[in-house]
Amino acid sequence: MSETQIYSLRVNGKLREVTDAWLGESLLYVLRERLGLPGSKGACEQGECGSCTVVMDGAAVCSCLVLAASAVGADITTIEGLTDGALTDVQQAFIDEGAVQCGFCTPGLIVAVHHLLDNTPKPSEMEVKEALSGNICRCTGYGRIFAAVTRVIDQRAQQ
Amino acid sequence: MSIHIPTSLDDALALLHELPQVQLLAGGTDFMVEVNFNKHDVHDVVALRRVTELQQWHHDETTNTVTIGAGVVYAEMEHGELATLFPALAEAARTVGSPQIRAAGTLGGNLGTCSPAGDGLPVLFALDAVVNLASHRGTRSLPIGEFMLGPKRNALAQDELVVSISMKTNSGWQGYAKVGTRNAMVISVASASLVLDTVSGTARIALGSVGPTIIRCTQAEQWLQTHYDISARKDLDEAIATEFGLRVSQESRPIDDHRSTAQYRRHAVGVLAKRLLQRGCVQ
Repeated sequence: MSETQIYSLRVNGKLREVTDAWLGESLLYVLRERLGLPGSKGACEQGECGSCTVVMDGAAVCSCLVLAASAVGADITTIEGLTDGALTDVQQAFIDEGAVQCGFCTPGLIVAVHHLLDNTPKPSEMEVKEALSGNICRCTGYGRIFAAVTRVIDQRAQQ
Repeated sequence: MSIHIPTSLDDALALLHELPQVQLLAGGTDFMVEVNFNKHDVHDVVALRRVTELQQWHHDETTNTVTIGAGVVYAEMEHGELATLFPALAEAARTVGSPQIRAAGTLGGNLGTCSPAGDGLPVLFALDAVVNLASHRGTRSLPIGEFMLGPKRNALAQDELVVSISMKTNSGWQGYAKVGTRNAMVISVASASLVLDTVSGTARIALGSVGPTIIRCTQAEQWLQTHYDISARKDLDEAIATEFGLRVSQESRPIDDHRSTAQYRRHAVGVLAKRLLQRGCVQ
């Protein structure tokens, strides 16, 4: 590859071509600035805040720490790919429980919660806290966020 | 610049041979921070996440040796069979960053970066790990102490990569402890891993973040072996544990930096050593 060689990423089930991008760009940057998917947020750019969380090949990772051009061949799901328009149960629970204040951490948290509950439908309180320990929220104090997760767990158990 | 995504070890080694200034990319959790903050240029990158040989681990029960591929992520060491074989490694893995970091970060990456604060490294030193390397010229294996040469310096040649890490399972006890400002997401201020081998009656302790490399405290180990019956792991006197902690802290070589002071680190690592010994002898 030369410095701006075209490559393609599989994002939310679609093969998306990345053109005119510097090869050192992070996946977060490419998603937001090249592919028109600004749902993933960038705050720390060093893997500490979790606001850029996406699911790659089944694992929740910080997209700011993925070299985009090295993710060729991977399956990437962003916050935009969780739903085709209607709110997911997790998003609705965040609204209903007041788990959103400034909202900057919310997309990363929503992706992390979906990833947790897809793999562990009935997590313990400790498992929820551990799963969200890489997503930093400076507004809510987490109480409302944990309440939202509990609500989803209960709702899904009743279905 | 160029980015290469080989899918086999042979292809990766051929690329390392052909390209003069290759940067190896494992989980990216160190590399991309440097790139994002413009601290280093990106040249020719060989991304290793699709090299299947690096993602595997196996347990040879005839030799009691476990070989862990350099690309195995920390998330795989936290729970399950690897955690049962190496509880100290599991404890260290659980302190690495956040779940997102542990889903990407690898032991090979820890060895490639070779920071004295690398969370997995004290465990590898305490378990007398062997680092298996490969290049197009062939393979070689180095004891971990000969692999890590200084802060962020290791014995890798320009055309070489870490393939795996081999460690013997041990009978007895092993543990890991770390001091940092909070539980999730911190780089360690001081860390220690202790292995008590009840078959040979020996102890091995290795320290992180308190010297230019990981430090094995061979004098404290010797002292403990002559003053306490490690094979029994019973009736540990408080005085023995305290003395062991003091001796360990005397073998540390910490510095002042933005995360802590040398004085605090020297104290903290002694406390960690004492606590680990007490934990290992309680049962």
